[in-house]
Amino acid sequence: MVAQLLTFIFVGISFSLYIGIAIWSRARSTSDFYIADKGVNPIANGMATAADWMSAASFISMAGIISFLGKDGSVYLMGWTGGYVLLALLLAPYLRKFGQYTVPDFIGTRYYSDAARLVAVLCLIFISFTYIAGQMRGVGIVFSRFLEVDIELGVIIGMGIVFFYAVLGGMKGITYTQVAQYCVLIFAYLVPAIFISILITNNPIPQLGFGDQISGTSTYLLEKLDRLNVDLGFDEYTSNTKSNIDVFFITAALMFGTAGLPHVIVRFFTVPKVSDARKSAGYALIFIALLYTTAPAVSAFARVNFIESVQEVEYENAPGWFKNWEQIGLIAWKDKNEDGKINYSAGDALDGVKPNYSDELGRYGEREVANKPDLNNSNEVYIDRDIMVLANPEIAQLPNWVIALVAAGALAAALSTAAGLLLVISASISHDLMKKTLMPNINERQELLFARIAAAIAIIVAGLFGIYPPGFVAQVVAFAFGLAASTIFPVLFLGIFYKRLNKEGAIAGMLSGLIVTASYIIFFKFINPELNTSDYWIFGVSPEGFGFFGMFINFGAALVVSSFFKAPPKNVYELVDEIRQP
Amino acid sequence: MNYWRANLLILSILLSIWFLVSFGFGIIWSEKLDAIMIGGFKLGFWFAQQGSIYVFVILIFMYVFLMNRLDKKYKSKKED
Repeated sequence: MVAQLLTFIFVGISFSLYIGIAIWSRARSTSDFYIADKGVNPIANGMATAADWMSAASFISMAGIISFLGKDGSVYLMGWTGGYVLLALLLAPYLRKFGQYTVPDFIGTRYYSDAARLVAVLCLIFISFTYIAGQMRGVGIVFSRFLEVDIELGVIIGMGIVFFYAVLGGMKGITYTQVAQYCVLIFAYLVPAIFISILITNNPIPQLGFGDQISGTSTYLLEKLDRLNVDLGFDEYTSNTKSNIDVFFITAALMFGTAGLPHVIVRFFTVPKVSDARKSAGYALIFIALLYTTAPAVSAFARVNFIESVQEVEYENAPGWFKNWEQIGLIAWKDKNEDGKINYSAGDALDGVKPNYSDELGRYGEREVANKPDLNNSNEVYIDRDIMVLANPEIAQLPNWVIALVAAGALAAALSTAAGLLLVISASISHDLMKKTLMPNINERQELLFARIAAAIAIIVAGLFGIYPPGFVAQVVAFAFGLAASTIFPVLFLGIFYKRLNKEGAIAGMLSGLIVTASYIIFFKFINPELNTSDYWIFGVSPEGFGFFGMFINFGAALVVSSFFKAPPKNVYELVDEIRQP
Repeated sequence: MNYWRANLLILSILLSIWFLVSFGFGIIWSEKLDAIMIGGFKLGFWFAQQGSIYVFVILIFMYVFLMNRLDKKYKSKKED
């Protein structure tokens, strides 16, 4: 109860802060609305980029996934940070020099073609909506668990807040709320991590702590974790289980996908100078690295704590968090050997993996599930990976205010990313679709009105995704990165580094990358999910990593097709020369 | 165009390091490096979950430094 009250206070204070900032930084022009009038300080932009980038997936899910995958989870750590090197070196400064409002703007101008612009708008809207659906689910989970309000009401409150500062403030409002949100989320992530690191290893720096000895013993934490994993029938925590080629491709797809994500790229349009765009990418990565180097430590600590606090414990004496999350529907226990104790080990506990709760209670008061137990193994626990970060402070028995802080941080992460995505969607509709294609005669005030209407509609659609989450959210995340890597990144890169590429080449490249990558993912994720194993994959590359392959298809098609058509007009050569100069 | 050449040289050097620490140390040779222990970390595991990220940050700031120096050298005019 006390924890819940504190959570209300923390979330309430942070939300009022965001609203206050929104009122202070209203947008007055289209330049304000789209790119904050190019007036953002590079350090502030770095923080805003970090908050924009670190979504509910980074804050809530990533450490949980790594906790269960061990070393295989490194693909997310390297993939989602390494992309910033590509962005800083290959795209950001040049696109800032180009100096327009949106990513399709560059594609449309550089390839002197409205068709290319429209293909880019399509890819962008698809990528962004895929992403938003995940954010709204995150908001829903936090509200239902910590504030005990309905998921629907939680999503509506979240939508209301985003609506307020995105529609009113545009990029300017979003930028300064994101700076505040970064501070909230990083504080909320580091505090429990530092606490737990001290508790387990006596080392206050989590990045060092998870390579340290468990306090009072001479056993290293990772050594112990390897042994626990093996004892329970899992692979060693610090060893690979996926093939190297697949890990390579997934990492690459995430890196190039990150560099091609429109809502991240557009952040570099907001700084005053080209040199600021470079510097800003550096600051952004520092701020991101602070969370991304802490995450694997959190994963390792959470794994040890989780196993030690439930393994062989009688259900009746199970810790409170275990039963709380069971109520939410993210943990289930099926007493296979009927000894009344929780037995956790490798394998799926339930037939059909996800629990399907009946309304009855079992012998020990646990929620009964209708699924048959999976009798191929002795594991009795179903646990959703998403709860590891949220439950971590409870598992480690940290004070209530830390739990409240984590809830506020998770909301900051989800809302900041949702707002950034909504903005690129609204800008691409009002600017690229309306102003530049369908209704070129509208004036600035009308364009601004369209931008606000588009943002409002996008928020409502995103909210509906949160309230009625489509079952395929998890599957389509691979899509967002795969498509960004195979469509947007190559045309931007070639647009800057290869002058001879003409519009025919660019369109052929985008479309072939899109079709090849989308077909591969749809085939394995939706049409034939039972074939989704390495035996059937092309070169052993999973759908998650196929975007990297699609990127080469894009490059190949673009270069070949381009050579059959005439070179771009002279003014395009001049444009490219121009953006190559700082 | 000398400025552009110099820029491409900087890019290729920095991106080679980028490739080496992540795809090289973190993935391809990761298991071989795991034979070396640094404290409680196997080295390959450390590069995959920590080291590569630190190097990425350093790379971007090296790029900022080198490009600012290059800009100054070519005395390019300030844009808007």
